[in-house]
Amino acid sequence: MTISLKPSNSPPEKLQPSGWLKYLSFSLDHKVIGLQYLVCGFLFYLIGGSLAGAIRVELISPLSDFMPREVYNQVLTLHGTIMIFLWIVPVVNGAFGNYLIPFYVGARDMAFPRLNAVAFWLIPPSGLMLITSYFINGAAQSGWTAYPPLSITTPAAGQIIWILSVLLLGGSSIFGGINFIATILKLRRPGLKLMQLPMYCWAMLGTSILVVLSTPVLAGTLILLSFDIVAHTGFFNPSLGGNVIVYQHLFWFYSHPAVYIMVLPAFGLVSEILPIHSRKPLFGYTTMVFSIMGIVVLGLVVWAHHMFTSGTPPWMRLFFTIATAFIAVPTGIKFFNWVATLWGGKISLNAAMLFSCGFIINFVLGGITGVALAQVPFDVHVHDTYFVVAHFHYIVYGGSVFVIFSSIYHWFPKFTGKMLNENLGRFHFIITFIGFNLCFAPQHWLGLNGMPRRVAEYDPQFQIINQISSVGALLMALSTLPFLWNILQSILFGDDAGDNPWNALTPEWLTSSPPPVENWEGEAPLVLEPYGYGEKDSNNT
Amino acid sequence: MPKLSAILTLTLSLILGVAGVWIAYNVNMLPVSASINAPVYDELYRVLFIIGCILFIGMTALVIYSLIQFRRRPGETGDGIDLEGNISLEIFWTAVPAIVVLFVGLYSYDIYDRMGGMQPLMHDHSGQMDNQAERVWGGIGSGPIESSSTKNSSSLPIELTAMQFAFIFHYPKGDIISGELHVPVGREVNLKMESKDVIHAFWVPQFRLKQDVIPGQPTILNFTPTKAGNYPIVCAELCGPYHGGMRSNVIVDEQEDFDTWLKENSKESI
Repeated sequence: MTISLKPSNSPPEKLQPSGWLKYLSFSLDHKVIGLQYLVCGFLFYLIGGSLAGAIRVELISPLSDFMPREVYNQVLTLHGTIMIFLWIVPVVNGAFGNYLIPFYVGARDMAFPRLNAVAFWLIPPSGLMLITSYFINGAAQSGWTAYPPLSITTPAAGQIIWILSVLLLGGSSIFGGINFIATILKLRRPGLKLMQLPMYCWAMLGTSILVVLSTPVLAGTLILLSFDIVAHTGFFNPSLGGNVIVYQHLFWFYSHPAVYIMVLPAFGLVSEILPIHSRKPLFGYTTMVFSIMGIVVLGLVVWAHHMFTSGTPPWMRLFFTIATAFIAVPTGIKFFNWVATLWGGKISLNAAMLFSCGFIINFVLGGITGVALAQVPFDVHVHDTYFVVAHFHYIVYGGSVFVIFSSIYHWFPKFTGKMLNENLGRFHFIITFIGFNLCFAPQHWLGLNGMPRRVAEYDPQFQIINQISSVGALLMALSTLPFLWNILQSILFGDDAGDNPWNALTPEWLTSSPPPVENWEGEAPLVLEPYGYGEKDSNNT
Repeated sequence: MPKLSAILTLTLSLILGVAGVWIAYNVNMLPVSASINAPVYDELYRVLFIIGCILFIGMTALVIYSLIQFRRRPGETGDGIDLEGNISLEIFWTAVPAIVVLFVGLYSYDIYDRMGGMQPLMHDHSGQMDNQAERVWGGIGSGPIESSSTKNSSSLPIELTAMQFAFIFHYPKGDIISGELHVPVGREVNLKMESKDVIHAFWVPQFRLKQDVIPGQPTILNFTPTKAGNYPIVCAELCGPYHGGMRSNVIVDEQEDFDTWLKENSKESI
């Protein structure tokens, strides 16, 4: 019962615009949708990054002197919301998932192409709505967590637009998740077993399970919150008998898995990139699969570690400490396996490889501070401080964003048929890596020594460290320039990439670059060993 | 060749590891410790820092060593070794992190217990707290060992009301209302907190303690200051535009000075 070999039910080609116009159309081609996600996400990344820049400018001096205090809170709310819901989640899931998953399972398209296009086209309007709310009546200013009662008492218009926009983005995410699960489980080419799939499929299967299980909880919570704001109900409003802690439980029931929704696909992408550029099989395929599923299961039962200083009884603190700390075990397995994949390889030190290795180093540090933060007695001091800011940026920027850049360097030749300039790419990596660590490493110290997060003004003793951090942020901003230049010059004058510049074995490389609408001219190739690299010369000679 | 670079990497990581341990014991990365549980916290921090340093330096060294040692030399073709996995290695690096995590978990449980986290939160001094103890959440109790060693007096009850954007302290004894927290050295303080509007958080970095102040739900924080001085009270939960400015001070006095302060202010407020 598979339909993977038949042409998908996309409309005749003449109905779809050709050339670059197709990227602005309601295209049903998974490759077009994937690139739509990627470019759209990157534009939002530039906006979210500018907001981060504004925050770092404000924090150059200990006084609140760069922007009004209300605006500062709007900026930090928009920065968090945009980076999570409009950049990382859509790109690591939507962009690479849509582009790669049909190739990996040997299908001509996703299971539900129209749902797929709807899922993408929900994103630009909700993103624009979110940003324009700033110009109408002021954007939401209660942080991306929108804790009541603050979210109930701040100006309602901005908060309601924020809720609407996050609901739409959550809907988009759920549609995508359903589509990925259906595609991976049901559209596999005959003869291809689950345990023969490239690792990114497993990462996306795990992520999509998390998306489908937890995003509806966020949606329900935000709808109740909007009732509290608009209809003056009392679900979370303490002055009407509501309970603010319940909101936090419901919110984090989604928003902790959201971290895994941002990093699990990144884990999958790295598992594709490392074997190809080190010319070795992925080490420990089976344990990698089980560790992904382990992270999925554990990821659902750790949410209350965000609430160790709220109203949380001691037994709950202990349970969530242990559950959280144990996530380090399956995560650690993945990191050891990646290092073992490098070991004994023939490693090309290109931009894709450097960004992936930068990811490993950054994420290990973020993981270590994560295990520390899981310990209740440690957390009661540093919770809601810059220590936490440093920790999660090591996870989502040092982790996911480094992987996004690595993946762009790796798959750009497939997307466009052109090679990127590797020297510019290495330069981009060095500036990003230095800038990132300069920006976020000192923030650990700030948090330990008494600087809370989300403040526009702070104790003057922290000024020097904040200025160092701002210099790092400036480097991060500048690092975007060589990247953009690289993309531009490569599209215009880049060398021809050929079909398979990396000499890779996974199915997306076994077709032309860029691939035809139906992915392969003939029958889909059956790749049973996606990681069959390595010298077998002892057998041959 | 591989031996030389391996020895170099190993030596370098060892030096860095030793440097990490040295830093943990000799560089002060935390503010002054001014409460009974602060030294306990610092001990936990030190252990976590050392374990973290070893893991981080080890992993980073492995990655950098692999990148240098196994890099593709100019003109080199072909693949790496055909190695798909190794069961005993997998078992090894599942078991080791599990043991480390288990150790850290048990150790931090012990620390939490020593900080009084597992103690009942309410010390019944007023006789009317029994019913409330059930619905008061959060906070950290007083340590079992420490509280018996500092039995110079019973605990000092203070009520904290947080609002946008101030902390207001109320001393039931003497009916004092103050914007700053005055407490004596060596006596347990029993802070009962509630918010008038949105969620705030009471944080004194020098005490290594933080607890959210929640509207509609009282929370409790018990602590015993150990060092006279003036420390900041910081609001740590986003509470509105002036969140960054919502700060106060805790003034830890010697017992005599505190008594004087209490006497002077009680008169005025009566």
